[in-house]
Amino acid sequence: MSLWVLKSGLLDTVQDLGRFGYAHLGVHRAGAADGLAAQISNILIGNPPGAAVLEMHFPAPALQFEQDALFSLGGGDFDARLDGTAIPCWTPVMVAAGSKLVFNNRRRGMRCYLAIRGGLQTAPWLGSRSTSLVAGAGGWQGRALHADDRLSLVAAADFSVQKNAVLPWLVNMRDAYPSAPVIRYLAGPEYDLLDAKAQQLLESADWRASPQSNRMACALQGPPLPAAPLELVSAAVQPGLIQRLPGGELLALMADCQTTGGYPRIAQIVEADLPALAQMQPGAPFRLTCISLEAASAAAQAQRAWLRRLQRACAYQLAAAKITPIFAE
Amino acid sequence: MPPDFFPCSESVLLLSWGNLIDPSLHEQVQGLYEALRARALPGVLDYIPAYSSLAVALDLGYFDRHFPGASALKIAQGWVEETMQAFPEGRRSDAPVRRLRIPVCYEPAFGPDLSALAGQRALRPEDVIALHTATVYKVYMLGFLPGFAYMGVLDERIATPRLPRPRRQVLAGSVGIAGRQTGIYPLDAPGGWNLIGRTPLRMFDAARAEPVYLRPGDEITFYPISSAEFDQIAQSL
Repeated sequence: MSLWVLKSGLLDTVQDLGRFGYAHLGVHRAGAADGLAAQISNILIGNPPGAAVLEMHFPAPALQFEQDALFSLGGGDFDARLDGTAIPCWTPVMVAAGSKLVFNNRRRGMRCYLAIRGGLQTAPWLGSRSTSLVAGAGGWQGRALHADDRLSLVAAADFSVQKNAVLPWLVNMRDAYPSAPVIRYLAGPEYDLLDAKAQQLLESADWRASPQSNRMACALQGPPLPAAPLELVSAAVQPGLIQRLPGGELLALMADCQTTGGYPRIAQIVEADLPALAQMQPGAPFRLTCISLEAASAAAQAQRAWLRRLQRACAYQLAAAKITPIFAE
Repeated sequence: MPPDFFPCSESVLLLSWGNLIDPSLHEQVQGLYEALRARALPGVLDYIPAYSSLAVALDLGYFDRHFPGASALKIAQGWVEETMQAFPEGRRSDAPVRRLRIPVCYEPAFGPDLSALAGQRALRPEDVIALHTATVYKVYMLGFLPGFAYMGVLDERIATPRLPRPRRQVLAGSVGIAGRQTGIYPLDAPGGWNLIGRTPLRMFDAARAEPVYLRPGDEITFYPISSAEFDQIAQSL
């Protein structure tokens, strides 16, 4: 039994937390652009945090559940309707076979994640279910979903659903996403190419995500930053890296970025703030602020500890609802 | 020469030997990369060797479980330093260097930039082919696309800068030149290298058990084939 795609969205791909161990062969990570939202959505329904989910952009797809299931939505809020009833993000939902899930409006964020109990059952490629659009491999047939695709789900063996219902636990996301539009960064290897004035501009300017941003990169609109030219031999790059292009624009790499690059590496967005950047709406102003590696590591560590606490709390709630966390790690 | 250590992020440690392409320097990168890989260190997700750098990507969840409260980057730096002390010259892997011969059809339909490149350097196309096939190349690194190998060092006499305007679509298998590097496009992709030929071998095939044909450290030579041979090999794959 499966999840039936009635109508495809702008870019719907199966993603987990990425493909590792093949970067030396040029195989990029891919994975959910907002890995935090993907993990929370999974944890809410008792999946391992890295189970495969559906990453959706807006316009989002129309989907039909062909079996009873437990799901949750996280990340961007696309005004989800299940058989006409509004469904909030960050809460588990029991759904009966035959129900239709559609998304009406993009209210907040750029990417919404649909986690379904047991995880999407696509064939792993090189150890991951993430879709690599450039390689045409992984995820669902190596591509974005089309109308009439049917994604296999794990059978709902331990529960049946008479009537769609939102379960009574949800995550308070104020704890997970920083409310102020400030993205923190570490100084990159070529940060000193910027003179003192340009470094100051980096911190004082209003930055905006360009509408041309995609899963590979987010172009940052703002003042051009003057810098001495520098030719670099290619070296490893990773999501969150802010490169300075020869014209002075800044480009922040995202989940689908290449494994290597050669532009000056001005800054690195801290791991804890990558989800906020992945959800940044084009045109919305934000600031960049430099922090120490120690502070960045502490923020990332706090986020991971928070996820572990959430996992324990959800396991307790699932047990109370007589739902076994089927894939507990 | 010991590398500089730079924390690129909370989870990526970058070792840098400078900003240059140099065969002896790359041997140090490759040696350390192989020595580290051979240790099969848990907590390391990826090594990305390049011309003069090596990135080590860490699984911070692993460090949370096994070294709570400690700095993953510092621990990883310790592992790297230990490895360098144990193998000051860099340890060659137990497996011998792989030496591969790659057939290339250099006919004009396969290498659209060959005659222009020859013209710029006052060479005949056959001289370019002779020079391109005379060198044993090292795979310095893979990047840009899955399976795209950066190989060097190309003979100075045919070294040519990238095209002023990249092509929107370069066919998979196309063999190109950029500066003193040569490379093979593994997939149909946009690209700015000067295309001098095309191989029927698949540098990337997602369906294979090993999707990527080349590895860092491989030694490559090219040999010319006709378009008839190209078709024959392509069909046999």
